[in-house]
Amino acid sequence: MRSDRILLAHGSGGTMMKELIEDLFVAEFGDESLKRMDDAAALDLPAGRLAFSTDTYVVSPLVFPGGDIGRLAVCGTVNDVATSGAHPLYLSVGFILEEGLPVEDLRNILVSMREAAAEAGVRIVTGDTKVVERGHGDGVYINTAGVGALPEGVDLSGSHCRPGDVILLSGTLGDHGIAVISTREGLSFSTDIRSDAAPLNHLVAAVLVAAPDVRCFRDPTRGGLASTLNELASASGVSITVEERDVPVHDQVRGACEMLGYDVFQVANEGKMVVVVPAEQAEAALAAMRGAPYGEDAAIVGVVAGSPAGKVYVRTAFGATRIMDMLVGEQLPRIC
Amino acid sequence: MCLAIPAQLVSEPNDIQMVEVDILGVRRHISTMMAPAAKKGDHVLVHAGFAIQIVDEEFAAESLAMLRQMGIKTAEDLEAEAAELDAAEAAAAEVLAP
Amino acid sequence: MSQLLDGFRDPDVARGLVDAIRETAQSPCTLMEVCGTHTMAIAKHGLRGLMPETITLLSGPGCPVCVTANADIDLAIEIARQPGVVLATFGDMMKVPGSYSSLSAEKADGRDVRVVYSPLDSLSIAEREPDKHVVFLGVGFETTAPTVALTIREAARRALPNWSALSLHKTVPGALRALVNDPDVRVTGFILPGHVSTIIGLEPYRFLADEYGIPSVITGFEPVDVLQGVWMLTKQLAEGRAEVEIAYGRGVSAGGNPTAVAAMEEAFTAVDAEWRGIGVIPGTGLALRPEFAHYDARVRVPVTPPAPREIKGCQCGDVLRGVLLPFDCKLFGRGCTPEHPVGPCMVSSEGSCAAYYRYTDYGKD
Repeated sequence: MRSDRILLAHGSGGTMMKELIEDLFVAEFGDESLKRMDDAAALDLPAGRLAFSTDTYVVSPLVFPGGDIGRLAVCGTVNDVATSGAHPLYLSVGFILEEGLPVEDLRNILVSMREAAAEAGVRIVTGDTKVVERGHGDGVYINTAGVGALPEGVDLSGSHCRPGDVILLSGTLGDHGIAVISTREGLSFSTDIRSDAAPLNHLVAAVLVAAPDVRCFRDPTRGGLASTLNELASASGVSITVEERDVPVHDQVRGACEMLGYDVFQVANEGKMVVVVPAEQAEAALAAMRGAPYGEDAAIVGVVAGSPAGKVYVRTAFGATRIMDMLVGEQLPRIC
Repeated sequence: MCLAIPAQLVSEPNDIQMVEVDILGVRRHISTMMAPAAKKGDHVLVHAGFAIQIVDEEFAAESLAMLRQMGIKTAEDLEAEAAELDAAEAAAAEVLAP
Repeated sequence: MSQLLDGFRDPDVARGLVDAIRETAQSPCTLMEVCGTHTMAIAKHGLRGLMPETITLLSGPGCPVCVTANADIDLAIEIARQPGVVLATFGDMMKVPGSYSSLSAEKADGRDVRVVYSPLDSLSIAEREPDKHVVFLGVGFETTAPTVALTIREAARRALPNWSALSLHKTVPGALRALVNDPDVRVTGFILPGHVSTIIGLEPYRFLADEYGIPSVITGFEPVDVLQGVWMLTKQLAEGRAEVEIAYGRGVSAGGNPTAVAAMEEAFTAVDAEWRGIGVIPGTGLALRPEFAHYDARVRVPVTPPAPREIKGCQCGDVLRGVLLPFDCKLFGRGCTPEHPVGPCMVSSEGSCAAYYRYTDYGKD
């Protein structure tokens, strides 16, 4: 790679694009299927059903404490596939690069994608790149799509929650959102909080073994736990009550939420899983989560009841009950 | 109107009255222009990046102790509470029953 | 630290207070929490449910975002539309609808609107971007006004040529006087705003007790603080007293913060102000003094916004005066929700309608 900046020519289909693909993408990802340089990857698939998911990643800044857009793009789609109960196998990657992006920055992103993929045990098998003029993108946008193999008989859905079920959370809330916002202009504060971006497919697999009747997995990303639980409550026509004091939250995340006037239930996570299981399998699921990577702080945080359908409540540490509402619009720091 | 949260000064304010404070481990620079007597170790109320008041910690401890005293329960209260707890458990068991 | 936060959120401490309130509040009373942050705290911690039936809690006009007049939002928007202007403000202001638009809609249309945590942060923007003119939009009561006053002083110290402030600041005691003079408003006790009082102290509220015989307690924002404030009010009522007391001694002294008051007086002068839904209240606005004209956005970026327009059917004015509960507004939860707010009380997260909508089961209680 001769140029140290991404140029429009890198997206033109000519020799510079070839150089970019060979010297950067193929070199860094190193997958056999990519090396063939064909337009489509031909892949082996186990028998049975497939799980298929896609997501697009936009984050500012591109690198934040605990991760970068590359790690996010791999973990996010791996986790989306995993929520179905499937074993993620293959990813596609589409890049939109902004003219002028330092090649070194892009290389670092590719390295963290490779590392996250290796950790998850998935292959990056096909890709695409476009370059847009300077000022028309925020450095890098990434789309990933993922395919996974769904074991026989696994049928998970957010509409399967039943009264009496138990809600588990795989770890502390709000780490990703606070790590990212701590770097924003005008809000700058410093914390040791790092983004929790992580692949959770191994954790999901462990829970499936320990709690075979698990109702569903959900990753509480944008909108946080509040959005996830409200979606589950509506989809299943049930109500959910969360015990505030049982929800693990780092002190520094609490501190940042106090300072900015945020509701920690609405702050984004990128490496957390919400799991709904029948009550009798809750302890087994909890033990499986705590024994899996990224699950050491897992906790039972709430229960499902029949009515009122679609409502999510928080029992405050105070013993009072309030509604856990969804985020409206974007999260903004407030002084009032 | 107006969130203000307790934060602790981690150093002495500098010559333009800026200082780093700690809020449950989160650090930020704030101004002590409005609380010129604030010094390292003090807790202050922070609003919009300014210390608006030094927190009277002694007063805080005293008022908490006083209020705690009000919460101390008699044997009768404890009995009533135990009965309430039993009822709640019975209700929960009903919900959990298949 | 954790004692200062968690101590005042301790359920065991609260239990004693709740019992004491139940015992003391024998006859019906209507307590107004003047401050929007109280409304939020009450909703967020579920305190309404802990009150005995004898106590009605009403929300008052203490959400600065909610009481900012349409015409003032329109002015800020018109300033943001001027070429070369960066409008910096608190996150609270972004979604508030003016007559025709909001700052977040303007941002989407390409205006340079930025959210800051502290007014001082807007000075850094001005230093970094010398070819822009940075206008800081200041809203808020006596808690916030001194922070802007001191930012003006700091801008002068740094001799910043490209920074000015648009003051939409308001003051509380005059609004309370207007409220108690309003025959529709029936309040038997005031839960007074803690952090406004940190600045102005106890004296400016004295008239509530002395002239109107209304018990008033300056109250903090943690759940235990709020319960203590309510308990002290019910005690005054039960004993037939009317005084201004402080239930937030760790954060408020009777004399307030003289340094902050002096800074405010140095930068601002009292003017009449329009409160949304309530009308003009004499002497409750804060305008920059003429000697600070160089830092006054009204002087530096003169604009003429279009004539303001009031929102039809919106009863925010009645809600802000405590005459109407949010549930009882015709639009509440129907035409007016946090996603599609009609009035400002539904926009601001501390607006009483938004707090009721977010945190209480409005369908049932």
